[in-house]
This record gives sequence, C-alpha cells and structure tokens, in this order.
Amino acid sequence: MSAVLRQPASLRQRVHWTDRIAHLLLAAIAAALTAFLAGPLLAILAQSVEGKQGEFVALDNFFAYFGTPALADSLWNSVWTSVVVTAAVVPAAFTFAYALTRSCMPWKGAFRTVTLTPLLAPSLLAAISFIYWFGNQGVLKDWMHALGIEQIYGAPGIILSQLFSVFPHALMVLVTALSLADARLYEAADALGTSAVRKFFTITLPGAKYGIASAAMVSFTLVITDFGIPKVIGGNFNVLSTDVFKLVIGQQDFPKGAVVALFLLAPALLTFVVDRFVQKKQTSMLTARAVPYAPRPSRRRDTAMTAYCSVIVLLMLAVAGMALFASFVKFWPYDLSFSLRHYAFGIVDGEVNVAMKNSVVLALWTATAGTAIVFSGAYLMEKTRGADWLRAPVQLLALIPMAVPGLVLGLGYIFFFNAPQNPLNFLYHTMTILVVCTIVHFYTTGHLTAVTALKALDAEFESVSASLKVPFWKTFWRVTLPICTPALIDISRYFFINAMTTISAVVFIYSPDTRLVALTILNLDEAGEPGAAAAMAVLIALTSLIVCILYLGIGRLAERRTQSWRKTS
Amino acid sequence: MAQVRVEEARQPFLRLEGIRKQFGSFTALRSIRLDVSRGEFVCFLGPSGCGKTTLLRIIAGLEAQTEGTILQGGRDISALPPAQRDYGIVFQSYALFPNLSVLDNVAYGLVNRRAERAAIAARVAELLKLVGLPEAGAKFPAQLSGGEQQRIALARALATSPGLLLLDEPLSALDAIVRVRLRQEIRSLQQRLGVTTIMVTHDQEEALTMADRIVVMNHGVIDQVGTPLEVYREPATPFVADFVGKVNMLAGTVEAPGRLRIGAHGFACTSCNASVGKSVRAYLRPEDIVARPIVEGDVNVINSRIEKIEFLGSYCLVRVAAEGLEGQPLTVYLSLNYLSEMALADGSPMKLRILAERMRVFEA
Repeated sequence: MSAVLRQPASLRQRVHWTDRIAHLLLAAIAAALTAFLAGPLLAILAQSVEGKQGEFVALDNFFAYFGTPALADSLWNSVWTSVVVTAAVVPAAFTFAYALTRSCMPWKGAFRTVTLTPLLAPSLLAAISFIYWFGNQGVLKDWMHALGIEQIYGAPGIILSQLFSVFPHALMVLVTALSLADARLYEAADALGTSAVRKFFTITLPGAKYGIASAAMVSFTLVITDFGIPKVIGGNFNVLSTDVFKLVIGQQDFPKGAVVALFLLAPALLTFVVDRFVQKKQTSMLTARAVPYAPRPSRRRDTAMTAYCSVIVLLMLAVAGMALFASFVKFWPYDLSFSLRHYAFGIVDGEVNVAMKNSVVLALWTATAGTAIVFSGAYLMEKTRGADWLRAPVQLLALIPMAVPGLVLGLGYIFFFNAPQNPLNFLYHTMTILVVCTIVHFYTTGHLTAVTALKALDAEFESVSASLKVPFWKTFWRVTLPICTPALIDISRYFFINAMTTISAVVFIYSPDTRLVALTILNLDEAGEPGAAAAMAVLIALTSLIVCILYLGIGRLAERRTQSWRKTS
Repeated sequence: MAQVRVEEARQPFLRLEGIRKQFGSFTALRSIRLDVSRGEFVCFLGPSGCGKTTLLRIIAGLEAQTEGTILQGGRDISALPPAQRDYGIVFQSYALFPNLSVLDNVAYGLVNRRAERAAIAARVAELLKLVGLPEAGAKFPAQLSGGEQQRIALARALATSPGLLLLDEPLSALDAIVRVRLRQEIRSLQQRLGVTTIMVTHDQEEALTMADRIVVMNHGVIDQVGTPLEVYREPATPFVADFVGKVNMLAGTVEAPGRLRIGAHGFACTSCNASVGKSVRAYLRPEDIVARPIVEGDVNVINSRIEKIEFLGSYCLVRVAAEGLEGQPLTVYLSLNYLSEMALADGSPMKLRILAERMRVFEA
C-alpha cells in the first residue's frame, strides 16, 4: 500500500434510479412549501419595511406603530387576556385530565366526548353563545352585573369564550402527558409509605411538567392569534388580531398590517421553539421498561373528580346548548317559540347554500390532497435515503406552520399572490388557493401525526426491500400505507374538520365566488343577525359531527381490512 | 510482503480493502482489510461500538464507506446502491412485514422478479420446509414465536438465492434456549446451502460455535482474524484474550530470552518475544491451570489456597491465592466431582500446575 499522504474525496454511493424518483418527489414538496409558506411569510417581512408607495423605509413602520397609542394598547390587551386565559385554563384542564387518566371516575368516555364539542364549530360559536347568556339582551345579564361586570362585550366576553374554545386543546396535551406514567414509581412510593399528597407533588406533577408547559404554550398562542372571538364579542376592546383585519381590510394599510402581523408571529414563534425543546425532553422521560399506570378506585377522589368534571361538562353544554337553542328561537328575547326562521334567513338571504357547498368542497380537497401530500412528505423524509441537503429545509418548513397564526398566513397570501409580478398570481381568488392555504395552515399537525406513525414502523423495512430489489413505492403501497391507515384517517379527519371551521387564514383570501360558511357567520353577526349566525354555526357543527361519524365508520372498515394482522391468536 | 501463497491465488469471494468510515470527526472504521472465501461462515465479533455493524451495513450498501474498495465475486461493488448488490439480510428485529402473511413475506423478493405464480409458490414451500416451518404460510408474523419469526426472516433472505447472506445479531433478541438451538440450525442450513455468510455478534460463544473464522474487532479496527480455536488459544492482542473467553492476567518481566518472571516464579515461555527487562502481561486461560495430574518432578507447580468457589453446575469457577504471585489471584475451572472427591472448600490448600506453554505474553 502506498504511503502517499493525501485526503481523498470521500466515496459517494451511486444513486439508484428509484431513489432518484424519491429525491424528485422530495424536491417537489420542498418547492411547494417554499412557494406557499416561505414566500408569503417573506412577503410580510418585505411589506413591513416598505412605505405606502413600495419604497424602502427601514423600521419607520415599527416606530409609527408604537407612536399610535391605540395600537400599542391592543398589544397590551392581547397579552393580558391571553395570560389570564392561560392561567385559568391550564389548571382547569389539568384537573380534568387528571380525572380522566388517574381516577376511576365513571362516564369517562362521555365526559371526554363533550369536551370535544368546541372543536366541531368555529371558535366564535362560544362568543355568540355568551352574547345570548350575558349580552345586552342576555338571560343572565343581571347576575353578571351583580358580580360588578358592566358588560360582556370586551375583555370578559373574550376571556370566557376563549376558555371554552381553548379547553379541548389544553386537555388533549395534558391527557397525553398524564397517561405517560410509570407505575413502578408509584409502587416504590407506596412501599416507602408515601402520602397521596406527597406522591402528587413529587411524582405526578414533576412527571407532567413538560406537558403543563406545553399546554400553557398552546393555550397562549391560540388565544393571542384567534380572530373570530374578539371580532364577535370584543366590542371596543381592541386586540392585535382585530387590528390586523381593520388595518388591512378596512384601511388597506398593508405596511402597518404587516407590522402587527409580525407582532402576532413573534409570541407564536417563541412558544413554538420552547415547545419543541420541551417535547424532546418529554419523550426521553419514559423508558421502554416502564410499566403503565392503572388507577385504583378511591371513593373520595373519584367522587370529587366526578363532581368537578360534571360541572365543567355542564358549563360546556350550557355554552354549546345556548347557541343551539338561540338558533331555533323565533325572536330573541321576546318570542322564544320554536322556529326555523334563522336557518331560512341564513340559507336564503345569506346564500349559505353556496357557501356551504364551497366549504364542503374545500374540506374534501383539503382532506384528500392534504393527507396525500402531508403523508408522502413525511414518508419521503423518514424512509428514503440520500438528497441530504434537502432534508433540513423540508423539516423546518414542515414545522413552521404550527408557529404561524392563520391571520399571518392569510395576510402573507394577500401580499404574495396579489402581487401582479408573481407568476402564481393567477391563483389569487380561486378555490385552489383556499385549499393550498388550508393545507399549509394545518400542515404541521398532520406531518407530526404521520411521522409518529412512520417512526413506529421497523426502520429496516426499506433496507430489506432494497436487498430484495423491490422498489420503494412497492413497499410503500404494500406495507407502509396499509399499516399507517389509522393515522391517515386521523390526518384526513383533522384536515376536514379544520377546513370546515377555520376563519383566520381564509378571511383574507376568499372571493365572492369562494366564500365559506364559517365566514358567513362573521358577516351575519356584523349585519345584526346573531340568530342566523348561531344557526350557521350549528350547521357547521352538525356537518363536522356527521363527518366525524363517517370517519369513524371508515376507520372501522379500514381496520377490518388492513389491521387484521394485529390480532394475535 | 510480495510472497504469494498458493491459496491466495484463488480469488476470495468477498474482498474488503482499506475501508474507512468517518462519522463527522469520529472514525468508526479504520483501514479494514478482509478476504472471505466462497462458502465461508465469518463472524464479526466485538463489543458494542466496535464498528462491526457499521462494517456489515457497508458491505450491504446501507451505509457508504468514506473510503475503500469492496469486491464481491470479482465485481467492484464499492459505490453500488443496495439494490444493485447481491445479498440477503436478516436483522436483529427480523423486520418482517407485519401486515403480510408468512407466505407473502417469503415471496416478497420473488414476486418482483416476475416469476410465474406456480414457481413462486413452489419456491416458498421449499424455503418454508428448509427452515422447518412448512405449515406456517398462512399465518401473520405476530402469530409466530420469536424463533419462528427469525426463521421466516432467514427464508425471506434466502428466497432469491443470494450469493451472500448477512446476519445482523440475528439471535440476540431470543431467549437462551431458543438461541442455542437456532444457532445450530442456522449453521447446518448454511453448510447445506454453501452460502457465504457474515454474521455480526457480540456473543463470543455464538461466534466460537458457529464460525469458520472469527473477525475480532475493537475501536474500529480488526484485532485478529482466525479460526475459533486460533482466536481462543492464540489471541493476537490483549483485547482479544480478554474479550474471548475467561482469562487470567498476570504482570511480570522478561528475565532472559524465552524466560518470564512472575513474582517468585520463572517460566519458560515460547510466545514471549519482548526484549529482556521489559514489563509484560501474561494471559492464561483458567483451563490452562490444572489440578491434576500433578506428579513428582513436574515444573511450574504452585501452592495455593482456595479463596472463593463460584458454583456453575458441573464445573466451578475457583479463585485461588497463589504463593509467590505478588497477590495476583488466579481463576481456575475445577469439576464438581474433583472438589467433592478432594473435599475442597473455601480456605483449602491445593497444588496447581501452570501450563506455561499456553501463556500468551504481551508487552505491558
């Protein structure tokens, strides 16, 4: 062997043509995410440093923003209401999650199901409902006055409505965190004669601390970026999200709108980064040898938990029920007799039939194309080899949507696609762009669900296939896809429901031809038709419910067809 | 160097030449050179992190080596992707497709080759018979035991009659009894088919019982290549001596060419080529210290006292304090029969003879 000192270029494996196809597909995903996510976000950044005539003004818009006291007030309003909601909803949801996972309370399934109702309709359903309870003609207006609250419009209404709509999100995170318990820790504590209170503070709470942090982040971000609730019940109480809307749609002041959008993006980005960090810690907590915790009955605790959950569930039913009730009332509050007037009005005058059709079309496309794209993207990232330079950017782009509030994304879409020099300008005001925007908006959750499902598969399937000279798509079709069917159904349902109920992103980019039913609620409410608005919200919730049931059926069917191997005899 | 031996004129089936693998600043493998003959069963043996699995994955093309050449059957496969190489592989996790029946799993690589359906069915039946599970075809992997799943994985890997069979710790997920049975089965199957096989393992017993040759690896380099007996009897490095089998390590010095001094004792020692005056370490297997026969006039007999008897079944591992060894304890194997026959217990004195010619000596 010659002893010539040289540093040879490291050897590169030749790329098989089937791998090239995978690289091309991955590049396509990267290109799509760049065009439909990175582009719009950069457009906001660009817009924020431009003047009204498109000249570069550096940070003048930011200085002008802080020079406008009303706008700075909104920033403060947004922050403090979000903090209050977070501080209230996390302990409430934690107790509920604790009851679901760590007690032997009866009716767990029913309790859990009721807490999911807020997810079926746009968040502003709660706002409409609270107006019926405590508004100018509300049933319990006097109670509220007795508590010293002057009117529901403003901070009180926003906080109450947000509590309702954020609760299921916080609950979901906390249930996951609390179900990851190692029974051996509790057994060890019992063996040492530890009191229940001490066990709670030394084992349960520390074990769930990352989940609690995560739930707090999720709640804060959802509240500060929500648009529907402050729009409906905010009254003169301005927050960042309503400011964006007013500036952009009302005053056509794009640069200032961009500045406010960046303020909305900042906390979301921050919480997102912290949350990713926290999630990594959470997963390393449980070892493979952990023994799952199974609660044992305890009369006192179980009774207390049942009482607590019943109260929460009754409150939630009261909120959802009021909207339902109001939608069927002839003339609130004077004539409470049953009537379909609001439905008729909404459907005929509000032309909701067109909007409903649009919404369903949007939801169907999002649920099918979105699932296909998201799952393919996750698969290419997780299970194919090579093209390493593409992987880090795609990974980042797949995670960013979670940190981008819908309003900000929608605004970016206006700036980016409305620009006449953009070759994609033809998409503006089409159904296609609504579909694309909705897929991007909810991309991350779908992506993470797919990644989790894919990671559960043996990492060597692809190696075995390659050794048997079977191209990757055959294994994808015969093995990966069938095994991941339950995850696919989850992703698809998630897309469908969110496409039905979302307002924040699409409110900026719909056209008269592509108006959506969730948006007509806003218009009806603005037009002084809260009854019709409630009726439309009920219609959406009903559609979502039917779709959920359909998905349940599909899931059962798919399980029978693709998951029979799971049953070991 | 240029000396060409007769058997080297025959081309090896697999040749690894100057393989290096770099993960960032960490060198996982360094100047690996290895020839494997056709039909040979070779084990890569070493502790975790020694690079044995990386080397196997490089042979499979699942990792790309940073540098180096691989020839298989005279063909340069160094830069080929896995699908263009010729091997079957069995992983520790089996990697059976859980949603496909055993039949479909075994036929997985055959279907792709557009073989006729009847021919595929016949081949699958033949393979299932070969691995001793002719009736398992309709079942799903989850319905089989671990050992059965491993055999199906083997059948799937062999289905396309690959020139090379790669086994990545195939037995480590199984319980002890199944493991022992399966290692005999794999070995006899390999011999019947004559397929060149490389198996990665960290279990020295597995390597000793199954391999034609063992490649002992440590810290990314090959320490020794040899038959099981060579590796056991003539370890090339202290690491090999220590890693394969039990061993006594004794510190000493070279007092004259071919003479070794340990404490108060001098030994004649053939494998000792360190220069005079050097400190050395002598490695000695427990079975190379014998309790009988010892007759009058034997050399290298040491008086000792039993310190601890560890019961292992028919044999016991006995630690003794030996006179004149500067407090270095010795471990020997004594049969249970011998111990009871001589009424030996903790504290009993006994004579031991050291088979000095079996000692392996390395510079300290």
